[in-house]
Amino acid sequence: MNQSSDWNPPVRRTGAAREPDRRGAEPSSLADILERVLDKGIVIAGDIQINLLDIELLTIKIRLLVASVDRAKEMGIDWWEHDPSLSSGARDVLEENERLRRRVGELEDGRGARREDDDHEDHGVEREDER
Amino acid sequence: MNGSLATWLYAVTAVPEDGTPPRELTGVADEPVRLVEAAGLAAVVGSVPLEDFGEDALRDHLEDLEWLERTARAHHRVINGAARHGQVIPLRFATLYHDDDRVRAMLQERRDDFTATLRRVAGRTEWGVKGYVDPRSFLPDPDEPTDAGESPGTAYLLRRRAQRQDQETAHLRATERAEEVHASLAALAVATAAHPPQDTALAAYEGWMVLNNSYLVPDALGAEFTALVTDLGERYPAITLEVSGPWPPYSFTAPPNRVEEAQPEETPS
Repeated sequence: MNQSSDWNPPVRRTGAAREPDRRGAEPSSLADILERVLDKGIVIAGDIQINLLDIELLTIKIRLLVASVDRAKEMGIDWWEHDPSLSSGARDVLEENERLRRRVGELEDGRGARREDDDHEDHGVEREDER
Repeated sequence: MNGSLATWLYAVTAVPEDGTPPRELTGVADEPVRLVEAAGLAAVVGSVPLEDFGEDALRDHLEDLEWLERTARAHHRVINGAARHGQVIPLRFATLYHDDDRVRAMLQERRDDFTATLRRVAGRTEWGVKGYVDPRSFLPDPDEPTDAGESPGTAYLLRRRAQRQDQETAHLRATERAEEVHASLAALAVATAAHPPQDTALAAYEGWMVLNNSYLVPDALGAEFTALVTDLGERYPAITLEVSGPWPPYSFTAPPNRVEEAQPEETPS
């Protein structure tokens, strides 16, 4: 509704929520609906038990599922924190430069987040780009 | 027939004066929605096949995000539809009974609670308000670079540390503004509920969600409330406000042990 001049908030990406909420219309954001039907509403122990723990686990699973790309991005942003090569040594700086160059290339390709995620998943936190 | 069906509950409401069920609604299994009445209350229910909604089947289905979306929307649609006929108490997703008699017994048993809750939310509507910010709008002014004399690696590390601190400062500032927005909105509400920020991928937004609250607003103030959201959006141009609703009172029908959740403490990256 309102936005500052220099950015486009909040950008609705394709494929996630169906459509943005419309004032006065039936709210249709999946996130809004899940938030309410899974986490709110009155809880009665019915005869068929899907216990609350299951539901909580479920919402966690959903978050993990849909958050994987963003989580990867976070990991990509923070990769340097876990990198022992940053602690000392000229050789490590060279490696760092190499890594940074690679990282910039990935970012320019628009695939940085995904790649970093793969790296972490496959190899843990180590220097995988020695050549 | 009952051997293969269970009763899915959507909502509890007062028995409608005209006694007609919400005939136009279909539920989570495309089943017709009907009313089960007892104790002056009516449960909005549907009969669903156990092969899809039994304990094991349900657990499997819940892993399937498409199924979940479809079914959660259907659950909500029925609650929302029923709410057009009178105030409802929405029931948590996947509340299932073996048959209607069990539902009647439950209504009898909990009559006082339901009645009190319906009275509490009567003539009131839930509105959701979310606030998004671009973190860059709240960043401190950039400091002079302090790279002099440091090795490239150390300078980089220091720079990243400074950036992280700036992010925390930005988050604090944004949260403070969001609190001001919340205080203004709360003045029109009889109750408020704070929700955690939504997942960025699921809700499809960028930046930070610094406000995600529900407000229980008297029906007579609904227009004023939404107009206030617009006004606040203009008063706080760095926060993008989004209103959703009107909702059935999902966030305000739980027993009053509601914990007021704090704003997010972690700093999103």
